[in-house]
Amino acid sequence: MSEEKGALTVPQEEQALAPRQSRVKAFFIKFLGRKTAVVAACFIILLVIIAFLAPVLQPFDPATPDYDAILSPPNAKHLFGTDEYGRDILSRLLAGSRLSLSVSLSSVTLGAGLGAVLGILAGYYGGWLDSLIMRTADVLLAFPDILLAIAIVAVIGPGLSNVIIAVAVFSIPSFARIMRSSTLTVKQSLYVEAARSIGATNRSIMWKHIFPGTVASIIVNFTMRIGTAILAAASLSFLGFGAKPTEPDWGAMLSTGRNYLGVAPHIVYFSGGIIFLTVLAFNLLGDGLRDTLDPKIQ
Amino acid sequence: MGRYFLKRVLGTIPLMLVISFIIFMFVHMIPGDPARIMAGKDATLEEINRTRQALGLDQPLMKQYLMYLDRMFHGDLGTSTTTGQTVAEMIGPRFLPTLTLAGCALVWSLIIGVLLGVLSAVMRGKWEDYIGMLIAISGISIPVFWLGLVLIQIFSVQLGWLPTGGLDNMQSYILPSFSLGIGVMAIMARFSRSSMLENMKEDYVRTARAKGQKESMVVLKHAFRNSLIEVVTVAGLQIGGLLAGSILVETVFTIPGMGRLLVDSIKFRDYPVIEAELLLFSLQFVVINLIVDLLYGVLNPKIRYES
Amino acid sequence: MAEVLLEVNHLRTEFKKRKGKVTAIDDVSFHIDKGEIVGLVGESGCGKSVTSLSIMRLLRDTPGEITNGTVLLGGKNLLELSDKEMHAFQGKQMAMIFQEPMTSLNPVMRVKEQIVEAIRLHLDMDQAQALKHTEKMLTQVGIPDVQQVMNSYPHQLSGGMSQRVMIAMAMSCYPELLIADEPTTALDVTIQAQILDLMRELNQKNGMSILLITHDLGVVAEMCSRVIVMYAGRIVEQADVETLFAHPRNPYTQGLLASLPRLGQHVDMLPSIPGTVPDLANMPAGCKFAPRCKYAMDICTKEEPKLVDMEKPGCKCRCWLVEQQMKEEGKA
Repeated sequence: MSEEKGALTVPQEEQALAPRQSRVKAFFIKFLGRKTAVVAACFIILLVIIAFLAPVLQPFDPATPDYDAILSPPNAKHLFGTDEYGRDILSRLLAGSRLSLSVSLSSVTLGAGLGAVLGILAGYYGGWLDSLIMRTADVLLAFPDILLAIAIVAVIGPGLSNVIIAVAVFSIPSFARIMRSSTLTVKQSLYVEAARSIGATNRSIMWKHIFPGTVASIIVNFTMRIGTAILAAASLSFLGFGAKPTEPDWGAMLSTGRNYLGVAPHIVYFSGGIIFLTVLAFNLLGDGLRDTLDPKIQ
Repeated sequence: MGRYFLKRVLGTIPLMLVISFIIFMFVHMIPGDPARIMAGKDATLEEINRTRQALGLDQPLMKQYLMYLDRMFHGDLGTSTTTGQTVAEMIGPRFLPTLTLAGCALVWSLIIGVLLGVLSAVMRGKWEDYIGMLIAISGISIPVFWLGLVLIQIFSVQLGWLPTGGLDNMQSYILPSFSLGIGVMAIMARFSRSSMLENMKEDYVRTARAKGQKESMVVLKHAFRNSLIEVVTVAGLQIGGLLAGSILVETVFTIPGMGRLLVDSIKFRDYPVIEAELLLFSLQFVVINLIVDLLYGVLNPKIRYES
Repeated sequence: MAEVLLEVNHLRTEFKKRKGKVTAIDDVSFHIDKGEIVGLVGESGCGKSVTSLSIMRLLRDTPGEITNGTVLLGGKNLLELSDKEMHAFQGKQMAMIFQEPMTSLNPVMRVKEQIVEAIRLHLDMDQAQALKHTEKMLTQVGIPDVQQVMNSYPHQLSGGMSQRVMIAMAMSCYPELLIADEPTTALDVTIQAQILDLMRELNQKNGMSILLITHDLGVVAEMCSRVIVMYAGRIVEQADVETLFAHPRNPYTQGLLASLPRLGQHVDMLPSIPGTVPDLANMPAGCKFAPRCKYAMDICTKEEPKLVDMEKPGCKCRCWLVEQQMKEEGKA
């Protein structure tokens, strides 16, 4: 059967040499074959559109109380019911999609940027810099995400902007690690050697050659990390360290809804359900992307 | 083997020093004068200065760190600024509930997770595999605190079968440990599936089949035994996640454990308690990682019989 | 005439790929007599391993599926057996050893555990008897420090030692047929010779038949009485070893033989067959070897030749040119 294994590895190299356009096309054909990932992608696209159009779409103002309709269950007027101030849950969830997506996106982007730079530096230069960066990353990775985030918030204080920082910090090590190992692989490959032999500088090698070679793993990790970030941000808000209860944040809504679990469980069901579905969509998309882009890591 | 053990055990010492230093620095970075906070709201300047001296805060930073280490070694974790109790007194009774909770969660999630993973691997590509992996990815995506609340709503509020929270009897552990374990169950299912799929491709599995061994034994005796090393390693690493998850679950189910104490102390800015809690959590992770490392050495013949 | 042990008829195995099926081997028919060593040769990717795995029914967890033919062992069609019935044959009547002895042993089980497992599956022995038997088998395959090896884990053994363990395990239930898939390819030259000697010795002593799969014609010349040559999933020539080496008929066989170094013959460069084995998904129509064949004719690219009997009994060849030559000779 060894012939079979050999036959499987060859096309990958061919793929790397194929022109960009056909590579993108091949990716889409393969990706579209994974139904769950496609459904997840559609859900995310829909969510992004909703986030952009939230002010137009929301049937009520998410912050205006309506004391005549406190804690009313889902009905024709309020599709998802109302909260303890009579605020429309659907409107708050729609507004919350902006918060959740922007918080997770900005924190993971921040973490990915810093992690990628650190990882490339560690992998490319090696030596003490490598040991320093990677040992630190190991220590951070050994800690569960949520505890690290709580520890950071404990020091710098609660609030959404601090949540972004906390989530960004715990995203750094995973990106650094991926970037480092990809950098090591790419560094040894032929085309970097060729680039060096024609006199390319370290910096141009890193950006022009190593970075494109790692894009696939970064995209996969980025997608998965968004899911983790949404969960972590929601957890912090739930514990009271994130968004203020007045803000239409999913986690914060869940946290206050908890007090009315017995009388108005719909608050908890809807706000938690949307967190679950969003995280699930990002994880499914991440899985699908990983299987299509990078069959090696599994 | 002996050298492997020694290396791992000694390796944790610098790690613990680094972590304790980071936590120490963390708490020092907190804005505000700890001496003023510790001395209390109505303290005079003289009292504040006395507190500062008593706490050694007038000493150079490195010296302060060494003093801090010295206190830690003697079991002196400081005094809570909110309750006035010693931190050790506060943490002591909260240790067991958290460990019990994490232990229960670990046991069920490991058994179910590994079972699900192995079955999915054997049924690869069939609908059983598909369902199994859907359960797994849902388990990774579900917010534990939400799951906890939904369970309370169903089993406590509506059906009235189980308590909504607290720790009155063993039944109180059912819902919390289920919520806490779901993520680990999912991770173990995914991991053991991919590990089994890897191992099922190995040459020795073909050898086992060529012997005429029946498929169930090929899976269990050969492939699974090889997966087991990796499964144990990964399972061990989940314990840290369980302890951290207990922060959320204890909040949902109002369980008086370490996690809830941490949340409360952060809310009241009770820094001696925060510092001690973080240090204890870290110590637990380091010890767990060490045990996992050692266990890996015991299970893997390549390390066990290192020349 | 010798008694036939294994008879393979028109065996076809297909691989399921994302885009439909590809045929890995087709129309594979041959037999092995009792006590005979038969060589199965060809370049890598010619379907030798697929043939052996199909006979052993070890295609589980591969995309392969047997879609045609029969495999008769002692007159019983193995392909009709249930999984459970087949398990009684695997390891008992027929055993197999593989190219990579190091990875073919389970890394987390001691050597004795793995051999005892095989013994207790098929022979009526208790643990103590099986351990004794293991010791005996390991001694028989020429392992010097039996006790130590029995308690070893595979990573503590060398490649040659691992292959001896594999052979001991395969031999432990006294199979009538041993399928050896490139058993010496991964080993050093000196170890290779030792392992081959051991196999021949076991063949002579126990009268066990061996199907020896190799790409090394030197090994075939040394070991086998008959040879089967495979190309692109088909048997292209089949003959006794003397005939094959002296008068190879198929151009592919001729090419293989020409690439062998010969004693007392000085050439600057050994000739090799140009081109490579065709991809399974992209098989040429007609004769699969035609694109690489210097004698290729019109018909070769259109229609696939059949495996036809040669003048000498037991010799067969699949080639239009050879068929044509035979017809002309017949007329003359």
